[in-house]
Amino acid sequence: MAILIDETTKVLVQGMSGRIGRFHAEEMIEHGTDVVAGVTPGKGGETVLGRPVFDTVRAAVTATGAEASLIFVPPAAAADAIMEAADAGIRTAVCVTDGLPAQDMMEVKRFLLRYPEERRMRLIGPNCAGVISPGKGFLGIMPPHIYLSGRVGIVGRSGTLGYEAASQMAALGLGVSTSVGIGGDPINGSSFRDVLALFEADPETDAVLMIGEIGGPQEADAAEWARAHMTKPVAAYIAGLSAPKGRQMGHAGAIVSAFGESAQEKVEILTRAGITVAPHPSAMGETVARMLDARAAA
Amino acid sequence: MDIHEYQAKEILRDAGVPVPRGGRATTPEQAGHTAAALGGAAWVVKAQVHSGGRGEAGGVTLCRSEAEVREAAAGLIGTRLVTCQTGAAGKPVDSVWVEAATEIARELYIGLVLDRTEERAMLVASAEGGMEIEELAARAPEALHRRAIDPATGLRDFEARELAFALGLTGAQVAQMVAILGACYRAWRESDATMLEINPLVVTGAGDLVALDAKMSVDGNALFRRPRIAELRDAAQEDPRERAAADHGLAYVGLDGDIGCIINGAGLAMATMDMIQLAGGAPANFLDIGGGASPERVAQAFRTVLADPNVGVVLVNIFAGINRCDWVAEGVVQACRELGLTQPVVVRLSGTNVEEGRRILRASGLPLVTADTLAEAAEAAVAARAQRAA
Repeated sequence: MAILIDETTKVLVQGMSGRIGRFHAEEMIEHGTDVVAGVTPGKGGETVLGRPVFDTVRAAVTATGAEASLIFVPPAAAADAIMEAADAGIRTAVCVTDGLPAQDMMEVKRFLLRYPEERRMRLIGPNCAGVISPGKGFLGIMPPHIYLSGRVGIVGRSGTLGYEAASQMAALGLGVSTSVGIGGDPINGSSFRDVLALFEADPETDAVLMIGEIGGPQEADAAEWARAHMTKPVAAYIAGLSAPKGRQMGHAGAIVSAFGESAQEKVEILTRAGITVAPHPSAMGETVARMLDARAAA
Repeated sequence: MDIHEYQAKEILRDAGVPVPRGGRATTPEQAGHTAAALGGAAWVVKAQVHSGGRGEAGGVTLCRSEAEVREAAAGLIGTRLVTCQTGAAGKPVDSVWVEAATEIARELYIGLVLDRTEERAMLVASAEGGMEIEELAARAPEALHRRAIDPATGLRDFEARELAFALGLTGAQVAQMVAILGACYRAWRESDATMLEINPLVVTGAGDLVALDAKMSVDGNALFRRPRIAELRDAAQEDPRERAAADHGLAYVGLDGDIGCIINGAGLAMATMDMIQLAGGAPANFLDIGGGASPERVAQAFRTVLADPNVGVVLVNIFAGINRCDWVAEGVVQACRELGLTQPVVVRLSGTNVEEGRRILRASGLPLVTADTLAEAAEAAVAARAQRAA
């Protein structure tokens, strides 16, 4: 069933009445996503793109049975919108918003722990391109036409670098089960390790491409988890080999501030964990292809 | 966003942390008057720049007379201080902080950082202050005490007390430490800080705890709700090119190479820089043009990149998702014409409407080099640079 979203997932959009929310909701509907409602406080009772708009996430969930939410809410209100979705029983939320204060994300992560694991919402992002299961549906802002449907999972921080990988793979005839953008912020909802675990459990995914970058402990943590727990092969690329230490490279989280956070160190850690690391960003597709060939031959 | 020591000390003092009495001076005369007003027989003159390692770089002077204070200030104000963290260009010293010298019995370290593993505020403390924390972490990691703070409850007194005892504090110092740590955590929360460091926190000759130095960074994404913190920005401490780019909403980082980069998305930008390096070249900058690469934005990106005199080639790499390659191509053509570009430009477009985008580039008659893949683009840029240099 791919992971996080497929053609049966009922989706609502928080902030669908806004220009950007409406634009992306329309794209999602056009590509088969089952968008059932929008939520904009104060606009309850209106209709956008033929879908009802509700004042609260709870009202939308009660009326439509929505289980996933795409959050297009400005940075100052985004943490609140995420918590509202979690409390209303949404299972998976994707927050696209860039610019959330880090301390707000600290509170969001603490808030999610209020709920027992079986009903705890899974958050993807913020500051991410979203999640797509090609041919089935997507929650986000990516261009769906560049993806080929297939059996390789992609997880990465950057939107456009993920597109680059998907199109390199498509050029080699390799398709994607689900592609997940976890976002470029220092504190995010789901880590590389969280998404690897979902791919490991997904019967429609055979292998994973992980696209990391400088900064933070998540790639090393994921490598350790993959070495101990994954049966499916993992390929990777780490961006930022040429990035200087101590400088923030665009993403709020892309800064080397501790041991093990540079691209060189991460490549070494991943390689030691048995992950096939692409030597350069133009070789992401062929690295996945070679890994799959080697697996088939074995 | 970094702030100055004197600003951080003001925030800490207001929160209830004891700091030495002092004043900021922008002229040697003012520094002398400040010392006289403070009284006493010894003062410390400290250069106010956004950097650590000021002491080793000659930015901190102990003075025993007003004349020495004036002299120390005169030697700093108006100069650029080069530290192990600033790079060769250094940072401008526009003011100094003059404070009454403190008699030091012991030096401790306390810091609060955003810990990316715990995803919480992490309190870090050590009985060995005064040296760089990275050095301490490498040399004696067991000497570092760490405690993640639950954002729902804040720092509890017992947590602070445990740390105080672990650092070997006794008597009244324990209560002082609990008050200081509580105040630091409040200041950290209420400023939306990402880093707060007191190094050293000293035990004075009289046995009291005083914050001798203070370093603080705040979250740029939270300035919308911290208007008083936002006013503490000192643009003079920032790289002028990065400042100008940020004012136009472009994420730009100047580097040492000569191949200018214009790319959409931070990850793709880093990957393109890596590809240039692998092809034998050196990127002049990181630049993320962001979503919606309108002709105006593309032109602004070209202006930003070309403001660096080292740039001999420009590489444009856009993966159009919601963007469309034909719009981006029009933006590139328009920017090249408007700016009368003399440097070679390599353009790699991919994604939505790529064929139309390439057609527009070809039809422009401009001497643009087009590339289909990331690798081709990097190789073409390096080759164009070599040709131009020859």
